[in-house]
Amino acid sequence: MSREEIFGKVRDVLVEVLAVDEDEVTEQATLTSQLGAESIDFLDIVFRLEQAFEFKIGQGELFPDNVAQDPEYVQDGMVTDKGLATLRERLPHADFATLEADRKIANVGEIFTVDAVVNFVERKLAV
Amino acid sequence: MRWLWIDRVVELVPRERLVAIKNVSLAEDHLHDHFAAQGGRVAMPVMPATLIIEGMAQTAGILVGHAEEFREKVILAKISKVVLTREAVPGFTLRYTATIERMDAMGAATAGRVELIDPNDPASVETIGQIDLMFSHIDQNLAGREFPEHNFVFGESFRTVLRSSGIEF
Repeated sequence: MSREEIFGKVRDVLVEVLAVDEDEVTEQATLTSQLGAESIDFLDIVFRLEQAFEFKIGQGELFPDNVAQDPEYVQDGMVTDKGLATLRERLPHADFATLEADRKIANVGEIFTVDAVVNFVERKLAV
Repeated sequence: MRWLWIDRVVELVPRERLVAIKNVSLAEDHLHDHFAAQGGRVAMPVMPATLIIEGMAQTAGILVGHAEEFREKVILAKISKVVLTREAVPGFTLRYTATIERMDAMGAATAGRVELIDPNDPASVETIGQIDLMFSHIDQNLAGREFPEHNFVFGESFRTVLRSSGIEF
């Protein structure tokens, strides 16, 4: 499946789950701050990607779980070096530019761009 | 009044499907306000759509809760889709069929069909809507927030419905 086809299917999922217009789903758009995703939407996205691409997504595979609660990863509201390294290792598909520039915990949500989801699917299909 | 919007579970296939019914009755106070006579208009009692959604949420919620033997606190987290094409009036029976589309440790997505049974012709069943929902197992939430250990979701009222429907749990 080409990257363009993957993008098209991912866009359809996001339009359905987040009730956004097709043209809002650009590759650079962030799921939370720009497309308005809330926590339950991430589970919805995982379920629908599984249906659309016929694969299984493990817990924490696409989106991290419980990173914010671990003092090794987050201190004083900022992601630590170890936290950033762990996120990078666990989520190689994500976009870390914004979080690297400003390590505040609120920016963890910014690593999930539409492009990151497409990367994830592309890697998953290649396996 | 108890916050219970189903009267009986009529079918349960664990982890797959649950069917429940709700008899719409003029004894329910809210029907007299929804809608009361006003000006020259006569009263028009109809089951509020919001409570039909709640009925489906309870139907699907029990199905999801039953799957893990009511260990998880199952919370309605998202109304993904609602289509209702006809009103339910007193004397009619609503039938909710919920099926689990997908479930994992974090929660579940359910699809639901709403049907209406006419008391004058009980054999004819009309599909009047679709309600798709998402549930969260809140102890497994991404934020890692903690909730009381006691399962406050499935209280005595739900247990009574299940017990009187002959469901083992």
